[in-house]
Amino acid sequence: MADGSVSERVIRVFAQFKKVEPEEIRLETTFEELGFDSLDGLNLIFELEEEFDVVVPDDKVQSMKSVAEVVEGIEQLVADKEQQPAA
Amino acid sequence: MKRVVITGIGVVSALGNNAADFWRALSSGESGIGPITKVDPANLRFKNAAEVRGFDPGEHFDDKSLMWLDPFAYFGIVAAREAVADSGIEFNDALRGRTGVVTGSCLGGKETEDKLYADLYGENKARFPPTSIPRVMSNAVASHVAMEHGLTGAAFTLSTACSSANHAIGQAFWLVRQGTLDAAITGGSEAPLSLGHLRGWEAMRVVAQDTCRPFSKDRTGMILGEGGAMFVIENLEHAQARGAKIYAEIAGFGMSADAHHLTMPLASGAAKAMSEALTDGNIDPAQIGYINAHGTATQANDVMESAAIRLVFGEHADSIPVSSTKSMHGHALGAAGAIEAAATVLGMHNGLLPPNINFNEDDPECNINVIKNKALPAEPEAAMSNSFAFGGLNAVLAFKRF
Repeated sequence: MADGSVSERVIRVFAQFKKVEPEEIRLETTFEELGFDSLDGLNLIFELEEEFDVVVPDDKVQSMKSVAEVVEGIEQLVADKEQQPAA
Repeated sequence: MKRVVITGIGVVSALGNNAADFWRALSSGESGIGPITKVDPANLRFKNAAEVRGFDPGEHFDDKSLMWLDPFAYFGIVAAREAVADSGIEFNDALRGRTGVVTGSCLGGKETEDKLYADLYGENKARFPPTSIPRVMSNAVASHVAMEHGLTGAAFTLSTACSSANHAIGQAFWLVRQGTLDAAITGGSEAPLSLGHLRGWEAMRVVAQDTCRPFSKDRTGMILGEGGAMFVIENLEHAQARGAKIYAEIAGFGMSADAHHLTMPLASGAAKAMSEALTDGNIDPAQIGYINAHGTATQANDVMESAAIRLVFGEHADSIPVSSTKSMHGHALGAAGAIEAAATVLGMHNGLLPPNINFNEDDPECNINVIKNKALPAEPEAAMSNSFAFGGLNAVLAFKRF
């Protein structure tokens, strides 16, 4: 498991994706403010799936339009994953 | 300029492995969509596709021939054989020299390639079969069909993603119309259900979990399909001189580029291709009485395409029945335009327009006249079949009843 809380790690992924310092990414920042088009959003979700080893369902992608919404969604998916018995 | 007619049709699809079975299923609104069996979809986020079923390549080819053939090739070759037999055309040496083959394929031999690379990178296998390259090349179908029937006229393959087959049929149509060829075998084929390719579609998040519901408000995306369709087309005098049965006239063809975005389609680009097809065929918009839509059932396409139809036809769009037969045979990518041309032409020929199945709810953003769930008896004077590709490359065919 990588260092940091889910929100810190999500912000790090955003910062790397946008090539900016993590300090410039706030929780309330929206995709629109980041100048994301739909493909940027999909690429970011792909990076997050890699970082957290989770699968983001298609319908969940629609509800991820800000950093805070992404953190909330990923926290839920990580929690779901940890509840599952190891295969 | 010559008039160009369709005299033979062949189809391999999720709705049936010949044109008669295809038409029976299509006109009864049957779905060819079901669980993916060609690969294990356990780790994919979608599980359904429109697979060709009950097709045994061994019934059509001996083992030595099959060594050369990816599934996309045998779908195309078998469809071409059916089209030739259906047309009753008899090739002599002179006609062979005046007959071409123009095919469409987005992917070429992707199933073959996927397996080769799994062996190479996964199993560290050092040797590929010697037929690897010719199996994978996208022009394999054009070459095999030319060899099988001894056709020595112009032969080539178009690859423009989901518009490939319409671009191919359009070029063949123009070559016959301008007199370069007397006849052509043309269409498209595709076999996109390899795991590597499905992973790519999964990442785009445009594939539906359950089924394909074009223009319905509750649509959730496309369903991939496979297969092929081929036509024998020839100039009218040639067809009439040999007493051929004529399904329909290919009347016009239009192309355009959105010049906008690789994956976000633009209504003005689609509308331009439709308008160009009308102009090319000297067809009045009021003559169009059916549109076989591109209708992928993605959010973006269906809204865009409805707006494009409005741009071209205005109020007349209220009275043009529209269906996306992808709701039944899936989205066969580079074969889509060919399978949909077959649906359009068979519909005109039989006086029954194929339905848009899985339709539940009107979408105010798709303000067109959808043929909901049940085939519609009608005899349109002219009809149109749309294909709009990723990359913004649009190709539209227009047909006239004959």
